[in-house]
Amino acid sequence: MLRKLRRGAALGAVLLAGLAALALPLTRPERAPADAMAGLEGDATRGARIFDAAGCAGCHMAPNAPDGEPQARLRLSGGQEFASPFGTFRAPNISPDPEEGIGRWSALDLYNALHFGTSPEGRHYYPAFPYTTYVNASRQDVADLYAYLMTLPADATPSRPHEVAFPFNIRAGLGLWKALFLRPGWVVTGALSPEQTRGRYLAEALGHCGECHTPRNALGGLRRDAWLAGAPIPGGRGHFPNITPARLDWSEADLIEYFTSGFTPEYDSAGGHMALVVRNLALLPREDRAALAAYLQAVAPVPEAPS
Amino acid sequence: MRSKPTIRSTIGAAILAAATVAPALPLSAQEPDFKPQITARKALMQLYAFNIGQLGAMAKGSAPYDAAAAAAAANNIATLARLDDSAMWPAGSDNFSTEGTRAMPELWDDMADLRQKGMALAEAADAMAAVAGNGLDALRAAMGPLGGTCSACHKAYREPR
Repeated sequence: MLRKLRRGAALGAVLLAGLAALALPLTRPERAPADAMAGLEGDATRGARIFDAAGCAGCHMAPNAPDGEPQARLRLSGGQEFASPFGTFRAPNISPDPEEGIGRWSALDLYNALHFGTSPEGRHYYPAFPYTTYVNASRQDVADLYAYLMTLPADATPSRPHEVAFPFNIRAGLGLWKALFLRPGWVVTGALSPEQTRGRYLAEALGHCGECHTPRNALGGLRRDAWLAGAPIPGGRGHFPNITPARLDWSEADLIEYFTSGFTPEYDSAGGHMALVVRNLALLPREDRAALAAYLQAVAPVPEAPS
Repeated sequence: MRSKPTIRSTIGAAILAAATVAPALPLSAQEPDFKPQITARKALMQLYAFNIGQLGAMAKGSAPYDAAAAAAAANNIATLARLDDSAMWPAGSDNFSTEGTRAMPELWDDMADLRQKGMALAEAADAMAAVAGNGLDALRAAMGPLGGTCSACHKAYREPR
């Protein structure tokens, strides 16, 4: 019996070592070739639309930035906290401050962050930063976003570290996570109208609806088979609602109004983080809000999110 | 000229009132039942929703634009925003202390912020009332700012479902 146990343990150790050796290359942060952004001219005006569609301000503006001041959401000092089963994440400063923000970044640095979740120093970002969505963003959009971000006010507030417990504080593990869950490509496929296709880009490359509305597996990966089927709010009470056509029976006009003013068909209003999302969406051209509404009608109906 | 907005500006008074009343209550009332207050504030929210719904239906195109009806609804909203509802929000009537509400305890923590959010609602309601009768485009443009002031409070102080 004892011998059997020992043999089991030895076998386990060998297996683990083998796995680690196999996995080692996977733990390295990936980057684009040095010329990936070469020749792309960024347009700050177009970038403003990308910024609003991608919802950067929702997470990176200061906690409790005053509602009444439209400029407050453009000061990207970071500091908002996001609870998760793995710990509390704090949005960093992404203002153009050269010391505390991203003022020294190149457009390529931004591309590597958005596309691979890799920092300019070659570290993994945690996927609280929704690069699993941004991986689908076009290079031109990243160039435009970069041009816009650099026009925003610099803020010298230092970024605060995340509070993540062992073993999730070992960032090498994120390489494995990315190997499992970070890949470009669309969730909603099939015959889409041009409007729905635009909506899909807004939702799956920029707007990251799925990050909250899609349930996650035990490792925190999105359950793409239950896309937008709703999920519990981490660290809080309540649920992010199921917004597949199985549960969300709002008309396109209802959805557009919600994305514009935050009013539901019952004239309740958006609360929670969705209030910030609506603030961003309201700044987009009306056709983008209509495209998002059209996209939601094309999502596969999932009556119940798997638990 | 309207009177100064008072919405949610006197929660402090409500706390005072609660403190004054509390010693007079019998022991059996140690866990106060806030059903009347919670029912009243839900009714108030329903009145907002009904009137905003009149405007929203026109904004969405599910009802024809009617200048007189739009102006009436918008004026109602501006009136509601100036209702002194402080007695509906006694301390302890939050969702950690009592049932049947999603009002979070934080609502009672920062009176200045609450007052500011109430003022913003009153101002957005006035802005809507000023333009709702001037055509559909003007009405539509005022919906977003009005909705934003509703959401500002709901984001900060209402537990998500």
